[in-house]
Amino acid sequence: MDLSYTDRQQAFRDELRAFLDEKLPKHLSDKVKLGQRLSKEDHEAWHATLQERNWLAGHWPEEHGGAGWNAVERHIFEEETTRAHAPRIVPFGIAMLGPVLMKFGSDAQKAHWLPRILDGTDWWCQGYSEPGAGSDLASLKTTAERDGDHYVVNGQKTWTTLAQFADHIFCLVRTRKEGKPQEGISFLLIDMDDPGIEVRPIVLIDGEAEVNEVFFNDVRVPAKNLVGEEHKGWTIAKYLLTHERTNIAGVGFASQALANLKRIAGAEMQHGRPLIEDPLFAAEVAKLEIALMAMATTNLRVVSAAADGSAPGVESSMLKVKGTVIRQEINNLTRLACGPYAVPFVSEALEPGSNIEPVGPAYAMPATAEYFNNRKLSIYGGSNEVQKSIIAKTMLEA
Amino acid sequence: MNFELTDERQMLADGLRRLLADKTDLKAVVEGKHPWSAESWAALAEMGVIGALFSEEQGGFGGAGFDLMVVFEEMGRAGAPEPLLEIVLAGGLIAELGSEAQTAHLEEVIGGGTQLAFAHGEPGSRYDLERVAAKARQDGDGWVLTGRKSVVANGGEADYLVVSARTSGEVDDREGISLFLVPNDVPGLDIRAYPLAGGGRGAELTFEDTPLPGEALLGAVGGAFAPIETAVARATCALTAEALGLMERSKDLTIDYLSQRKQFGQPIGKFQALQHRMSELLIEVEQARSAVINLAGHLDAPRDEREIHVSATKQLVGQTAKLVVEESIQMHGGIGMTMEYDLGHFARRLTMTEHRLGDTLYHLGRFARLRAA
Repeated sequence: MDLSYTDRQQAFRDELRAFLDEKLPKHLSDKVKLGQRLSKEDHEAWHATLQERNWLAGHWPEEHGGAGWNAVERHIFEEETTRAHAPRIVPFGIAMLGPVLMKFGSDAQKAHWLPRILDGTDWWCQGYSEPGAGSDLASLKTTAERDGDHYVVNGQKTWTTLAQFADHIFCLVRTRKEGKPQEGISFLLIDMDDPGIEVRPIVLIDGEAEVNEVFFNDVRVPAKNLVGEEHKGWTIAKYLLTHERTNIAGVGFASQALANLKRIAGAEMQHGRPLIEDPLFAAEVAKLEIALMAMATTNLRVVSAAADGSAPGVESSMLKVKGTVIRQEINNLTRLACGPYAVPFVSEALEPGSNIEPVGPAYAMPATAEYFNNRKLSIYGGSNEVQKSIIAKTMLEA
Repeated sequence: MNFELTDERQMLADGLRRLLADKTDLKAVVEGKHPWSAESWAALAEMGVIGALFSEEQGGFGGAGFDLMVVFEEMGRAGAPEPLLEIVLAGGLIAELGSEAQTAHLEEVIGGGTQLAFAHGEPGSRYDLERVAAKARQDGDGWVLTGRKSVVANGGEADYLVVSARTSGEVDDREGISLFLVPNDVPGLDIRAYPLAGGGRGAELTFEDTPLPGEALLGAVGGAFAPIETAVARATCALTAEALGLMERSKDLTIDYLSQRKQFGQPIGKFQALQHRMSELLIEVEQARSAVINLAGHLDAPRDEREIHVSATKQLVGQTAKLVVEESIQMHGGIGMTMEYDLGHFARRLTMTEHRLGDTLYHLGRFARLRAA
């Protein structure tokens, strides 16, 4: 056992801090800190800044344009960027499709799509869930029928995050109706400019429309956009779910949110004293901090195992459940810390470029929206119930 | 012991449920087209719902804790945003303390023609009732008012405001707080109104050397703390009853969803993991109902006993509200997070009840202190 980072890892951390000091624009980190929504241009600008240094897809192998980070280095990157209030890297191309193409894509697909992810040519979104297929993803019904050199796609996807910004979507589609549901699914890359695609926003409980419904009506997709074998898309889906769950513990986000909570509880006054001095409130903050300290180590245990080459299995489910609950509880306490000023709900004030004066303290403005928005953490990427079933299956049916 | 509603209260509950089901347009509430519906307000007045919040000697025909409970549970069940709680607070204080000229307004209030708001909380007061920094100083026969009141529900729409201000003492003294009944168009009053997360609207009110006539004073100079605490106890009963109605409705929506939504070839309500969580929810909501009954039955008890119930009920209901909101959304999955589906509004409104009149941790501490005293 040795809890310290190596000299090389420490040097990497120092290098990152210097980079963030110099290259992360204050107007961006301020937006992240205040919980304001980021525009497409904000995301693109930050991606480009990272790409200049070759750190946008640091965990990709060097042959594909990455920096070849192992899981520990990737963890350090997450920790430092969240600490600095950098925008998160939009995961759909970098963290999700990229690794899928490297593992399952043809040489032609890798050569065509991977550079376009890195240089920002394509903005990807994920077409998985459907109205009738959420936790039971294998029951998906969007069909792709082969017609010469094309597939013809019909159906509907939902909860498609940031589809309003995207020009491409990777989809799970049904190519065969017979047999087990898992054995008739394929993985297709679709250009969203193709005729027959319609995107409709869904307004969520926090007032934002970050997710969408995507409709497909006789959309013709070139057959060369099939990734992997036909009918074998479920294997890719499972691989991607594991990748999606890497960093799902969100320790960096949680640490940043906890620091924010402490700042707010230090500024809010109760009975004429800072709220953080209230023993009951302080105890709630302390309980979360204790849980987070353990969580950070649980995460590092999993992460360093992955760095040694073993794949995250049931551990990633564990990280997802515990990590999301801790973040949600921090959001809950942050909302409570803001007191009555958590109630005014001026959604436009959170929009990019808004200069609406906050009603109360600026930190109170996004507290309620964030509490509600992050209820999604335990729902998406395989709900916490699905994760617990995976854990139970491993324990009880081995 | 008898836990049945009287026939009159049962009739009021049934009638109100029908009326609100008919009149409440959640789409309009969510889209914030108007803070609440003038048509609903008139219908509430006509049915006698506003009158049910006042005793007979005050010109109403109710006013007891169980009247508040019946009315507000139905308001919650409908997710209705009409500012009825402001009537309990501001109207209650006018009825309790008002001069003949001031209480004369109540007939209009009960008839639905006058809107009220209670401007008491301030940026630094959080949930403390005695912490008042706004100041009123005597000026000849009248008063001059200066200070800021924050997150005043219905503050931009009310015809009359009941405003608290310090006339003597330190910022957290119980002595020295006075009340004023003020029309909304006095000079030196700046109003910034905005939407609230649970529906309805609030406002920041800034008084800058606002001149008030002597007869604006409501009750005795410096003696407003005890009446404010009493009005807030009644409002806490109303607000927790509203939360109870919101919880009942969220629970019902979730039960319906568990029966209808199919995954893995069966309704998800067939999964034991979800069945147990739903059972837990039902048990906790029944506990919350008992807590609201406890408070409704002790509103006329001696001050210390009453206040122990205020904090006990607000604490338990706040804790249950969090459970109901989070579990209802989680068991619905993504659909529970959309504003197109009714649960979104109920979840927001229910969560926001914790940010009024003291949250769970505030009342946990207060309960312990009251018990130790």
